[in-house]
Amino acid sequence: MRRLLLFWGSTVGKKVVMAVTGIVLVGFVIGHMLGNLQMFRDAEAMNNYAAFLKSTGGLLWVARAGLLTAAVLHIIAAVQLTLINRAARPTAYVRRDPQVATFASRTLRWGGVILAVFIVYHLGHFTTGTFHPAFSHRDVYGNVIIGFRSVWVALFYVIAMASLGLHLFHGVWAGVRTLGLQQRSEVPIQRTVALWVAIVVWAGFTMIPVAVLLGVLN
Amino acid sequence: MSGTSSAAKSMNLTLHVWRQAAAHAPGGIVDYPANDISPDMSFLEMLDVVNERLTEGGQEPIAFDHDCREGICGSCGVMINGAAHGPMKATTACQLHMRSFSDGDEIWIEPWRAKAFPVVKDLIVNRSAFDRIIQAGGYISAPTGTPQDANALPIRKPDADLAMDNAACIGCGACVAACPNASASLFTAAKITHLAVLPQGQPERSTRARSMVETMDLEGFGGCTLFGECQVACPKEISIDAIMQMNRDYIMASATKVELGEWAGSA
Repeated sequence: MRRLLLFWGSTVGKKVVMAVTGIVLVGFVIGHMLGNLQMFRDAEAMNNYAAFLKSTGGLLWVARAGLLTAAVLHIIAAVQLTLINRAARPTAYVRRDPQVATFASRTLRWGGVILAVFIVYHLGHFTTGTFHPAFSHRDVYGNVIIGFRSVWVALFYVIAMASLGLHLFHGVWAGVRTLGLQQRSEVPIQRTVALWVAIVVWAGFTMIPVAVLLGVLN
Repeated sequence: MSGTSSAAKSMNLTLHVWRQAAAHAPGGIVDYPANDISPDMSFLEMLDVVNERLTEGGQEPIAFDHDCREGICGSCGVMINGAAHGPMKATTACQLHMRSFSDGDEIWIEPWRAKAFPVVKDLIVNRSAFDRIIQAGGYISAPTGTPQDANALPIRKPDADLAMDNAACIGCGACVAACPNASASLFTAAKITHLAVLPQGQPERSTRARSMVETMDLEGFGGCTLFGECQVACPKEISIDAIMQMNRDYIMASATKVELGEWAGSA
């Protein structure tokens, strides 16, 4: 227990926690995106898929508890590291020009805040129906169509998914490196893998609100 | 561009330099003209000339750290136009030459900024936090008697190269200065990697990783976000691959059994 606390107390330990929870969340996000593509088959396929998820009963709650734990640990570690990092440079440079840090890495923290707000809204929108104008527990397909008819809601989803794509582009690569799993190489394959994970997940999710707005799905 | 160095025209520059009389004194940017500067001067020689003129004018010269002036000691180092050691890749401030600038340029010069590197005066910072990280485990304990035969310990060529690449660290602090988090991960990781890939480093590998990482945190450096700024600023081009090695060793050390007396030397 003492060793675990020491590990959690170090910046490397917190990064390892972020990497492991990040991998769990990336796995979920990929699965969720693939499941959502049922929207492009037909209403019945989507609703059957949703009913199947619901039918797993206890298992569904185990998965939800696991994801919640991962997300909470990921956020706590991120907040603590951000505070440590801010404190490490109390006097700012008058001039500091970033040389190579990517846009994705520099917007990672605020992107994470956007994603946290989005997740709360998204659960209230499509899971509990609290923020949904005409929520049905059976007709998931209908919920999506009606939900995205609001341009502002759809726009928020598009922005949040852009944040997710950027988050994944840096996070997938950095997570793998943090765990020390990468081979030494001039052109790390993980950069390419992270890029494709980011593009595929971003495109897969963004297609749905865009398709509803364009009237492709109705 | 043509012409020999002797024919090169001199330059007139404007410097914006951080001046701070003492550790706890307030500081600020002060502007100085730097006229008739030869492109063949090193950056530090340019500062020497400016200082000579300041002294002649009865003003306090700009304090900056320097020693070997051949890029191997790690003493010099300032932020030049927002980049650690200035615009040249793999170059310390003393090896940067004024030909990298143009006539009429404005140059911003600031000390390294980190909580763990407090300003002593002007551009000089106290980097003894690095010494304490080394003291926490950046060494091997070995009797220093008669040296054994050079080939008694076979080391694979790639391992020897990797150890050498990481041993090239001169401890200048540019990685900390360039990092948006003021993290000392590249420095600490280079020292850990240098010994972790050699047989001599194995007996203390686990304690080394643990106590060096803990000391790095205790000194008030930030964590690694893998921005990659450090490896571009590093005058010795040390790769952030070293940070993977540090994390691997730290994870392994945290997962293995703590031996009796193992904590004796740790922070």
